[in-house]
Amino acid sequence: MDLTVRIGSLELKNPVITASGTFGYGEEYAEFLDLSSLGAVVVKGLSLLPKEGNPPPRIVETASGMLNAIGLQNIGIERFIEEKIPFLKTYDTKVIVNFFGDSIDEYVAAAERLSSVEGIHGLEMNISCPNKQAGWCIFGTDPKVTTEVVSAVRKATKLPLIVKLSPNVTDISLMARVAADAGADALSVINTLTGMVIDIKTRRPKLANRTGGLSGPAIKPVAVRMVYEVFKAVKIPVIGMGGIMHADDAIEFLLAGATAVAVGTANFVNPRATIEILDGIMAYMKDEKVGDINLLRGAAHAG
Amino acid sequence: MPEPRPGQFFMIEASKGTDPLLKRAFSLFRKTGRGVQILYRIRGKGTEILKDMKEGSELEVIGPLGTCYPLPSVNAIPLVIAGGIGIASVFSFVEQLAGRAMVFYGARTKNDLLMLDEMKGFAKEIRVSTDDGSAGQKGTIADSLSSFLSNLHSPIPNYRIYACGPHLLLKIVSEIAREHKIPSYISMEEHMACGIGACLGCVVKTRDGYTRVCKEGPVFESKEIVW
Repeated sequence: MDLTVRIGSLELKNPVITASGTFGYGEEYAEFLDLSSLGAVVVKGLSLLPKEGNPPPRIVETASGMLNAIGLQNIGIERFIEEKIPFLKTYDTKVIVNFFGDSIDEYVAAAERLSSVEGIHGLEMNISCPNKQAGWCIFGTDPKVTTEVVSAVRKATKLPLIVKLSPNVTDISLMARVAADAGADALSVINTLTGMVIDIKTRRPKLANRTGGLSGPAIKPVAVRMVYEVFKAVKIPVIGMGGIMHADDAIEFLLAGATAVAVGTANFVNPRATIEILDGIMAYMKDEKVGDINLLRGAAHAG
Repeated sequence: MPEPRPGQFFMIEASKGTDPLLKRAFSLFRKTGRGVQILYRIRGKGTEILKDMKEGSELEVIGPLGTCYPLPSVNAIPLVIAGGIGIASVFSFVEQLAGRAMVFYGARTKNDLLMLDEMKGFAKEIRVSTDDGSAGQKGTIADSLSSFLSNLHSPIPNYRIYACGPHLLLKIVSEIAREHKIPSYISMEEHMACGIGACLGCVVKTRDGYTRVCKEGPVFESKEIVW
């Protein structure tokens, strides 16, 4: 059974990876599973300087999902390189570093720094964060700004570059084409959907940040539809994510056009979700007599 | 399973489906020969489901997790503060202290005082207060603790304070402890998604910045907390 998939020049031993922000830097999960069994570990989003994050409450559970407003809390790139890379290097898996910046210059500087480090195999750009220079609009919702920031980062790194798309747009296909044209090697589809929960007793939003990103099974149909559309719109690989809890969910994403799948919120519910999903995909392939995982990709588009 | 220690918690599955989605955090209540017990108040979808579960049902559990109440040295006198359902977390600690602890236990009404009789067997002394005066002293345990400490004559014994309860109570207890220069340890609570340190959802502000309740806590030395 061949499970190998390619994300640009990056070869993954299997298509199951972790979604950024749900797997820390891998350490917390190492006591629950062998990280070497994963296609890749995508670490929590990093910025040049450490970031404190939002005040609590940062999360609230919703029907079949959760909202989070962590505020991109992270230890900063230098501490990550010094303290976390040595640990991650002890595993036989690919390390993909998610990163973001407040400005295009910061994105470029982060990409350059990360590209100089042994043990990092790919970069994933979070473009769903506010652009301070442009009055806090989001990098990933304005095609012009997206082109600018992705092109700039493309010039700054030779590592496989994945752009994580925001679903909070009218036309995700357009944003996918824009990112691909600007030099992305692959696309992560989708980031969280912006939402809000209001406490009817206090009459205020439950999250201190007021809004948060919705994830979990509640968003899966939206995510599958977006992967389906993006697959049609671009030629580069798509990493599908959004509410994957079980192998069946992951297979839907593959059939919609994903080359690989990322498991996110499910890690919080079940720390072994990733490898159970991988086992389930293999069982499905055996049952369906599919010898190569790549044969599933986009099969839902036929006919 | 590693031996759970008082103050630690477990993440317990509430449903096999997706709603509720996340596991719930519950303090260790008591250790038994066969495993552990938890004590909880029914206050939402998850606990409603747990309440209706049949004996022998299987649930996924992760734990024990987090930090525990540090044992006081032999010459120290532990003052244990339990506000409402906070009793669930400190009960086994009082048990572990085997007759050494002086307990301040407060609740809204007499009916909300759970496990009071059971605790009498292994607490040195229990001071009860209720908001409506239906049992013990009328008022809060913070008032009770404060008047106890203010009426002491020197030399003041070597006290240690341990507390679990509502956020506001913990804040007041921390202030009282600071005034009287007593080291104090409190069990913090925040919304939790994973319970294992990955999601960064359950943070509280400490002198080190936003810090995870599930990993660096739930028991913190109260002087670490930025209120």
